[in-house]
Amino acid sequence: MATVTNTPADTHTADHGHDDHHHGAPKGILRWVLTTNHKDIGTLYLWFAFIMFLVGGAMAMVIRAELFQPGLQIVDPNFFNQMTTVHGLIMVFGAVMPAFTGLANWLVPMMIGAPDMALPRMNNWSFWILPFAFLILLSSLFLEGGGPNFGWTFYAPLSTTYSGDSTALFVFSVHIMGISSIMGAINVIVTILNMRAPGMTLMKMPMFVWTWLITAFLLIAVMPVLAAAVTMVLTDKFFGTSFFDAAGGGDPVMFQHIFWFFGHPEVYIMILPAFGIISQIVPTFSRKKLFGYASMVYATASIALLSFIVWAHHMFTTGMPVGAEMFFMFATMLISVPTGVKVFNWVATMWRGSLTFEIPMMFAIAFIVLFTIGGLSGLMLAITPVDFQYHDTYFVVAHFHYVLVTGAVFSIMAAVYYWLPKWTGKMFDVTLAKWHFWCSLISVNVLFFPMHFVGLAGMPRRIPDYALQFADFNKWISIGGFAFGLSQLIFLVLIVKACRKQGEPVTDQVWEGAEGLEWEIPSPAPYHTFDTPPVVK
Amino acid sequence: MDISGEKSVKSLKAVMGLLTLCVPFFSFAQSAAERSDLNLRRGVTDISDQVYGLHMLMFWICVVIAVIVFGVMFIAMLKHRKSKGHAPANFHENVKVEIAWTVVPFIILIVMAVPAASTLMDMEDVSKPDLSIEVTGSQWKWHYKYMDREVEFFSLLASQREQIENKFPKGENYLLEVDRPLVIPTGQKVRFLITSDDVIHSWWVPDFAVKKDANPGFINEAWTRVNEPGVYRGQCAELCGKDHGFMPIVVIAKEPAEFDRWIDEQERIAQEKRAEEERLLAMNMSKEELMASGEQIYNSVCAACHQPSGEGLPGAFPALKGSAFILNDRQGHIDVVVNGRAGTAMQAFSKQLSMSEIAAVVTYTRNAWGNNTDDLVQAKDVNDLIQGK
Amino acid sequence: MEHTEKYEKYYVPAQSVWPIVGALALFLIAVGAGNYVVEVTRGESGFGGYVLATGLFILFVMVFGWFKDQIHESMSGMYSAQLGRSYRQGMAWFIFSEVMFFAGFFGALFYARVIAIPWLGGASNNAMTNEVLWPSFEAMWPLVSTPGGIQTTAMGWYGLPLANTIILLVSSVTLHFAHVGVEQNKRGQIKAWLGITILLGLVFLVLQGYEYYHAYTDLGLTLQSGIYGNTFFLLTGFHGMHVTLGTIILIVLFLRVFKGHFTPDNHFAFQAGSWYWHFVDVVWLMLFFFVYIL
Ligand code: HEA
Ligand code: HEA
Ligand code: HEC
Ligand code: CUA
Ligand SMILES: [Cu+2]
Repeated sequence: MATVTNTPADTHTADHGHDDHHHGAPKGILRWVLTTNHKDIGTLYLWFAFIMFLVGGAMAMVIRAELFQPGLQIVDPNFFNQMTTVHGLIMVFGAVMPAFTGLANWLVPMMIGAPDMALPRMNNWSFWILPFAFLILLSSLFLEGGGPNFGWTFYAPLSTTYSGDSTALFVFSVHIMGISSIMGAINVIVTILNMRAPGMTLMKMPMFVWTWLITAFLLIAVMPVLAAAVTMVLTDKFFGTSFFDAAGGGDPVMFQHIFWFFGHPEVYIMILPAFGIISQIVPTFSRKKLFGYASMVYATASIALLSFIVWAHHMFTTGMPVGAEMFFMFATMLISVPTGVKVFNWVATMWRGSLTFEIPMMFAIAFIVLFTIGGLSGLMLAITPVDFQYHDTYFVVAHFHYVLVTGAVFSIMAAVYYWLPKWTGKMFDVTLAKWHFWCSLISVNVLFFPMHFVGLAGMPRRIPDYALQFADFNKWISIGGFAFGLSQLIFLVLIVKACRKQGEPVTDQVWEGAEGLEWEIPSPAPYHTFDTPPVVK
Repeated sequence: MDISGEKSVKSLKAVMGLLTLCVPFFSFAQSAAERSDLNLRRGVTDISDQVYGLHMLMFWICVVIAVIVFGVMFIAMLKHRKSKGHAPANFHENVKVEIAWTVVPFIILIVMAVPAASTLMDMEDVSKPDLSIEVTGSQWKWHYKYMDREVEFFSLLASQREQIENKFPKGENYLLEVDRPLVIPTGQKVRFLITSDDVIHSWWVPDFAVKKDANPGFINEAWTRVNEPGVYRGQCAELCGKDHGFMPIVVIAKEPAEFDRWIDEQERIAQEKRAEEERLLAMNMSKEELMASGEQIYNSVCAACHQPSGEGLPGAFPALKGSAFILNDRQGHIDVVVNGRAGTAMQAFSKQLSMSEIAAVVTYTRNAWGNNTDDLVQAKDVNDLIQGK
Repeated sequence: MEHTEKYEKYYVPAQSVWPIVGALALFLIAVGAGNYVVEVTRGESGFGGYVLATGLFILFVMVFGWFKDQIHESMSGMYSAQLGRSYRQGMAWFIFSEVMFFAGFFGALFYARVIAIPWLGGASNNAMTNEVLWPSFEAMWPLVSTPGGIQTTAMGWYGLPLANTIILLVSSVTLHFAHVGVEQNKRGQIKAWLGITILLGLVFLVLQGYEYYHAYTDLGLTLQSGIYGNTFFLLTGFHGMHVTLGTIILIVLFLRVFKGHFTPDNHFAFQAGSWYWHFVDVVWLMLFFFVYIL
């Protein structure tokens, strides 16, 4: 704005605002509560996500302990359902999404040469809503009648007429989570569109920034639809409306349409940033530029657009007319094409590179293999007539844990290992990291691979007890689960050590092949980066 | 850039080599594919057979894609390492290759889509069925009604509570057995009209490749034509609340002649039952009789929600033990069991239980666990309430 | 540290207390509303209402304090063109998210009309649904007789709704005139047109309130009367809430105009408020068309 000239008064206040620039981080707890610094907020998000991962994982351990043997051992069925529901909700909304937002906070400004996020105060607000939202959700487990027990998909009328009173708390906690995600996404999108350093054209942006730009768009488009869905659940349950009740002219299946219109893009919200991360890491350790940058961008955009027209592949058994089933089957299958392009591009990047296998690269390679396995089982699920057999069995559970755990979560771990030295200025404990990687890799497959078998053999999901023929595999699945859970404690120790700044100092570039603005600033990254905008050639 | 240099030809050979190495794996997988604890069942209908074929086709295509993609990647990982002194090439795009790996997967998808669409069309057969059965799910049991016949019944889990609680050893068909299985004829087109009384359930019998959601207020149609007589087991496949894991499905397929005999027999039994009911209306049962049969009915029907102890689950299912409502309102008590409470999990039991059974269970709940009202409810009282007297 | 001329203008706000206050407010609102809803429908008494009210109050304080800080910063010229763009883009995306929120409810409306109700009447692959479960039900829209047998009356489009449509349309035009006034720095023009816009907004709300009263007392059209009433009340209700919010924003802008705020090239708040108002207006047009006329 033209009025911003450097009058003495201006410089004074502006300098005041800049005080922090000179002095680094403020001290004490209030630093975290009141902060407007993207790195602080990124750290908060990442720690919150990690804690939620442990909480959600502990619930998964309850599930696996109960399923260790046939019969009811540890928890009653009602509580079991609460565990599955809250496990799903926490992992999706509390662990994976905040972790990606945390990474975006840390990295996007550094990668595009911006001093901070575009709307720093709103950034803080988006974060601090989350602990409160999950406090509500978790505390509802201790109310009379228990917390939500209708699955993370909360299908009506199980979540309306037949649910407990805690549904109201569930609805409002989802509302404020949604507000948080939308504000976070607006921040990311505006930062990317408006705060790039001179010369950083869109097609020069690192892939991670691109994938987040598109993810943020998805978030703004679908989180409000989720809000509408929970609102209708609320009015159906408490105010006598009949959106999901045939007697009043509604339809329970309508709920599923609205939910999955949100829900399917949501799963890509949890994987597109992962694609971005892998696209950063693979070139570094191949010492070769990312193959097919432009096609990566177009593939990401196509996945996002297609994600809006495939939602009913979760609903093949609901009795849609056959024409609709065909449409959703074909549309879903199409997503394999752009996703394939991504996988092929990563492989082509590695091809004839000069590969080394540091920890982030190991996770990235595990990601490529295991995500592809999950993607291929997704493709099988897309085939309507066979989905009639797979639907709501452990085959689906296997599919989505491959794309979510060995996909999204592995990518987050890869990202943490990749950028951690930049954040702390010290190399993490590589021995522990290797232990973490190998233990996780082996146990995660013991955990999730046999789920394909029990699923095909006919074990439905969301059951606390099962027929005897599933017993052997379930025992192995549970053992794998406990092992995977314990392996994550190694990660916890490693992170705590890193945060206490133990370890060898690293160079600014940290990794030999690393390229990009974030590797040109000092390690650890100063509290405020880019007081002067870098010029990108 | 060159991706197709001499080196790549060598690599291609390596991929082929890798593929050959996989042969033993493939044959192992082939034999594993037939094992029902590892793979989908081939089932007993033409449709389920088609579905199985489609599944295997999809599976092998996926395996081949995976082997190729991972194969190339592993070769790169083995050969193009820095530690082996491999210097990085610097190509980073190639329009031809990129178009190829967009188009080829697309073609593969078409190869998958064609048989998938044709199977789907085969499933969509709307010709006239030989027999229609209305299947109604409710928390947590199935109700079957033969259309045009006077036969209908509920089908409940038959595994004992003690087995679930690990007090008794579990039988072979633990959790997959019911008190009254559905019976259908082989070789005939049986149509299922699937709906629900409360939440969404899903009626699934893997051997028929039939899974259809039971949506309250709507009827979904599915059909099957079973080729071989036998006992086929399935489960509810949509989360429907606490006992979702405990509502199995058992279908017995019988030769048509045998089926006809069975259904006639059922019709006769149903008639006799109605006559018996009439007779019981005029009779008074003793407290011991009422309490004994009431306890049995309570434990098999009501205890799922209100718990064997009568204490319910706070917040979800009210306690009957010491309930002021029960103790003070005898008519209301009968009414709530007969008609249920609209819009709650408490369903109308007049369809599932006979009047004498309702009388027994109401008597039981009015006198068990220290609910010592000491009054008896007779079938006649239930009848009076139903007749609006 | 060197400061380039260009970058000096980028303003990274110092720490601020408002976000955490806002988070606390949302927490109290969620907990309060969650309990209040249960208490109201169960007819019990409890603390929910108080918690909710406290939350709303804190939210109000937060908005007030936050905006005050921002207005101060803006008035003392700390902002740059870049920050102005960030605010505008942020507002635009926020409005997009609101559009999607309404899309959820419009989706429910279309689904009910095009799919659920015809199916209950036996269309598509649902012949048996009608024959077995709802034999006496006939598909129709507006759904004045539900499958469950509830009777109601449809709301016509002429009369009040038409009047309201005209009012909102006119208000969009008057607000535009006010905006032109800001751009040309004609203070009198701003005050007059903005004042008229606010009045129109208030009249709209009063009429809407009267329409609801009419629906409940004369037409038997209530929240409980089936999907027609549900979509009607939720769509118009959320719209009405947005008009209320929009009116409050306009009133705040009005007061700020009197304090001499907004210059031709520094009036983001005014622009945001007017975007919001136009958006609410467009939503109404959609509503008028799909809920009332069609
Ligand atoms: C990160 C999350 C994520 C991702 C990325 C995906 C990706 C995909 N998903 Fe998945 N999915 C979930 C999370 C995810 N899913 C979850 C959480 C559920 C369950 C929800 C619930 O019910 O609780 C679910 C359920 C689900 C269903 C419903 C199953 C059912 O309930 O019956 C279906 C059906 O079509 C499906 C399909 C797909 C497909 C086709 C993809 C595709 O995007 C995959 C594309 C990738 C590949 C295909 C591999 C790489 C490609 C190549 C190597 C190219 C060559 C290949 C060919 C062209 C053949 N998913
Ligand atoms: C990103 C999402 C995400 C992640 C990371 C996970 C992680 C895990 N999931 Fe999750 N899962 C979902 C998303 C996710 N899941 C969703 C959406 C559903 C569907 C819900 C529904 O049906 O509604 C689901 C459902 C689901 C089921 C099916 C339940 C059912 O249908 O009844 C199971 C069963 O095994 C399961 C297991 C696990 C396990 C063992 C892990 C492990 O990876 C977790 C490992 C982590 C830890 C264990 C934490 C670290 C360790 C400690 C805290 C120390 C304590 C450790 C020990 C005591 C050993 N999950
Ligand atoms: C599927 C679960 C379920 C089953 C099975 C069930 N009930 Fe209920 N019952 C409920 C619920 C839920 C309520 C509470 C309804 C309400 O909110 O008003 C209830 C309420 C009652 C009440 C009223 C209690 C009160 O204090 O208001 C009685 C009496 C009762 N049930 C008896 C029975 C009997 C007898 C049976 C078996 C024949 C039975 N119930 C089976 C779920 C069930
Ligand atoms: Cu019935 Cu699950
Ligand atoms: Cu999906």
